[in-house]
Amino acid sequence: MIERIDAIIIGAGHNGLVCGAYLARSGLKVLFLEARDAVGGMTSESTIDDDFHIAGLAHTSFPVCAKIRKDLRLEKFGYSAGKGIETITLQEDGRHLRFGRNTVSGPDLTDKDVDAYRHFKDEFFGYAKAMRPMFATRPPRLKNMDFADKMTLAKLGWNIRFGLGRESMYEFLRVAAINIYDVLEEEFEDERLKGALAADAVIGHHMGPRSPGTVLTWLARLHAELNGPLSVVSGGPSQMCNALLQAVEASGASIRTGARVKKILVDKGKAFGVELEDGEIVKAKTIVSNADPRSTFLELVGAPQLDATFIQRVTQIRGAGDVAKLHLALSGTPEFLGLSASELENRLLIAPTMRYVEHAFNDAKYARYSEQPVLEITLPSLHNDSLAPRGHHVMSVNIQYAPYDIDGGWHEQKTTFAYKIIALIGKYAPNLKSLIVDHEFLTPQDIESRYNVRQGHWHHGEMTIHQSFMMRPVHGAAQYNTPIDGLYLCGAGAHPGGGLTGLPGHNAAQRILESGIAK
Amino acid sequence: MSIPNDHFRQAIQHTPFHARLAALTQTEEWTVWNGCMAPRVLDKLSTEYFAVRSSCSVMDMSPMEKYRITGADAYRFLDRLLTRDLSALRPGRVTYVVWCNDEGKLIDDGTLFQFGDGDYRLCSQHHQFDWLMTSAMGFDVNIEVETHDVAALAVQGPTSYSVLTEAGIAGLEDLRPFGIANLSCQDFPVVVSRTGYTGDLGYEVWVSPENALPLWDAIFSVKSRYDVHAIGLSTLEMVRIEAGFIMPGFDFNTAESTVRANFDRSPYEVGLGWVVNLDKGQFTGRKALVAESKRPAKRRLTKITIEGNKPVGEAFIYNKKGGKLVGEIKCAVWSPILKANIALADIEYIGGALPKKLWARLDYQRELKWMSAWAECRPTNKPFYSPDHRSATPPSRL
Ligand SMILES: Cc1cc2nc3c(=O)[nH]c(=O)nc-3n(C[C@H](O)[C@H](O)[C@H](O)COP(=O)(O)OP(=O)(O)OC[C@H]3O[C@@H](n4cnc5c(N)ncnc54)[C@H](O)[C@@H]3O)c2cc1C
Repeated sequence: MIERIDAIIIGAGHNGLVCGAYLARSGLKVLFLEARDAVGGMTSESTIDDDFHIAGLAHTSFPVCAKIRKDLRLEKFGYSAGKGIETITLQEDGRHLRFGRNTVSGPDLTDKDVDAYRHFKDEFFGYAKAMRPMFATRPPRLKNMDFADKMTLAKLGWNIRFGLGRESMYEFLRVAAINIYDVLEEEFEDERLKGALAADAVIGHHMGPRSPGTVLTWLARLHAELNGPLSVVSGGPSQMCNALLQAVEASGASIRTGARVKKILVDKGKAFGVELEDGEIVKAKTIVSNADPRSTFLELVGAPQLDATFIQRVTQIRGAGDVAKLHLALSGTPEFLGLSASELENRLLIAPTMRYVEHAFNDAKYARYSEQPVLEITLPSLHNDSLAPRGHHVMSVNIQYAPYDIDGGWHEQKTTFAYKIIALIGKYAPNLKSLIVDHEFLTPQDIESRYNVRQGHWHHGEMTIHQSFMMRPVHGAAQYNTPIDGLYLCGAGAHPGGGLTGLPGHNAAQRILESGIAK
Repeated sequence: MSIPNDHFRQAIQHTPFHARLAALTQTEEWTVWNGCMAPRVLDKLSTEYFAVRSSCSVMDMSPMEKYRITGADAYRFLDRLLTRDLSALRPGRVTYVVWCNDEGKLIDDGTLFQFGDGDYRLCSQHHQFDWLMTSAMGFDVNIEVETHDVAALAVQGPTSYSVLTEAGIAGLEDLRPFGIANLSCQDFPVVVSRTGYTGDLGYEVWVSPENALPLWDAIFSVKSRYDVHAIGLSTLEMVRIEAGFIMPGFDFNTAESTVRANFDRSPYEVGLGWVVNLDKGQFTGRKALVAESKRPAKRRLTKITIEGNKPVGEAFIYNKKGGKLVGEIKCAVWSPILKANIALADIEYIGGALPKKLWARLDYQRELKWMSAWAECRPTNKPFYSPDHRSATPPSRL
């Protein structure tokens, strides 16, 4: 007997799971088709060798927002935000700085900078709050607005004008479109402080601190920080994806892994099902894609089913990944100069100055990997001892910048680059090299093929201003709708973008449910 | 992909027939058509006009844009580009086509020739290479500009069949309207299609540029027995209106050149709904046209006959004498053969329908003095002029 299916979710990344959970809870019969053997997308666990595991390509996250937690009863299914951590920005001479929510401490830091940081964070948290109507709901259309679109804009306007107050409003409007380099240069003196903040603003993007739009990308990150402190993604039942999986299963949805969708089936502009790689056809009235927009439109739907200019726009989406990932299996605990063993549970940054970050980006602009990259380091096994054998550890490193395409090709240069990174960390942790048992190095090309994300992009597509809000991913497919009736986007390529927020999935579900035609 | 790469050396190109046209012209009335020098009138408009309608006219069409479209996805590419259902098109046949942007607004019209499986030529009024390349994203298709690689003559009029046959092109008797034949003229190959823009019996003859002048000479060698006249664009403008053919960029603004909102036009709005097939599956603009087809019609480019014999130029149309402004004339001509003023007018519909009455306000000069008059207009759906001999196969030998 063929079961009736109302909605198919292509891909069970965390956004797909959030979206599907909402749909299933509202009574739709939901089927997930996930190409990989596990759910979770870029947050799912991977194995370095049999004994060493990395909980996710994404290794740090802010708590899921209260609304999603409550709506999907995630705590009941085991979710907890994890232990809050801080960021320590490393210096070769050991004069590290340590960041809390709005505090910063470390040697040789002036009171002026400490105060400026507090004030600055509070001010920008205010902006991030003012932007909330834009992040937590579908972005308004500017043409043919409906009532909800107008409300979103009205709330945004209200928040900016009255929530912020006149002074702050002017400041917000001034900084929103400029670059983080200029803003930080105005606010602070300490190079270490500026370096760390600049790195946060550009993480995951093909942008340097001087690139336009980097204040907005930083605001998007702050918007997630409003939910609480960062924690390390370390697997186990409390991790978001595992709780989501429980929630989804409890809601009656079914999940098929190892089921790669080859085609979205369209007739006369309307989606009616999908074809899997082995030729199997599954039909449903609503198809939701957690795959990135370019894969969705160019491969799964295909140019013949879409208008010419739309295809041109999608082809031109900027979204070449620029972050590589290094996973190390270690036979012991690395020792970092100037850090105690207990401090290693934090997020460690190598971004000593803002100029360092900008110089790192220069290489990427010209299709080379950064000779001196920005690194974001965690030791997940300090948070979950099942990830490595007793006394052993795993280290997880995000490496920025590592362009998707480099001159001369990755094949030739991958190993050299991995060694350079190990040597770079070695400057801060001299015993690291002697502890390495095994390693895994993933370029954006590897990430593309392993995680099925085109060009291995962190956000499934750059978060430039022209690819954000009502233009995300492109004009003609914003608001989670697509030109194909019955086909929606719910992944990081949709508004408000990447990270482990679940917001694209949440907003897409609202959109689908309010359209009322899902069943 | 071949792009003519020396065209920039000369601002205005000469077509392969230029030597003959230059020798013939009495008026030196030239204009520029697609970057090529083209005659408006060579000697006398009325002589040229009656050549089309009562004997045989020859027009140099070489400046027409021509694209060769081949490759594994050629059909799928064209099917997604064009609004029309192409499934019935066969090798050796031609069809009239239009294409739209994503918003369902017309970019251009043209004729599509199918030579073989996966081998097509698209002819268009305006340059389309960039749009074709945009549309080719995601298709395995090869697009070559062959505008300057193929010379063409339109041989049109009641005696055109006889003239071409006498000129040494044998085998035209079986060629049906919209058919293509590979034939020869004397000792060189020609491709002949039974197509044209005049609404009369007629052919288009396609040759490689080096055979252009021999083709011309072969056709004009029958001049002692047949009345054969070279014609220019002014005649074409008259006869195409009589035939009810529209001209993108003149009768309406094409989508890619429109800046102001709603100044572009959909196929429905210019009366080309019959080339739109919403049931064939996806094509660019389909979604927008589906939506438009569900709304009441806002406007139509309408064929009208204007009473009286006052000269009609540009004019506004009202729903009654001195009434509400409902439209404007886009092109008009006094048809010598019909003895009537005929025009294409862009008319705003009222409540989804053509206004019951249409009145044109004509402003015209008599011996340099401006005058004004009201003339009633009658709409029609059919071509103004479509003689039976246009489609007879075989055509009669005259
Ligand atoms: C190197 C790297 C490091 C990162 N680090 C962090 C971090 O530390 N913190 C953070 O917050 N974010 C991080 N990110 C970003 C974060 O991982 C993503 O933004 C997030 O995973 C997006 O979630 P998603 O659910 O939208 O998509 P994904 O996680 O990409 O999931 C999409 C799913 O769809 C599936 N799929 C795709 N195509 C098909 C198909 N045809 N058929 C079936 N299934 C298909 C995929 O297999 C995948 O499971 C990082 C990204 C990268 C690349």
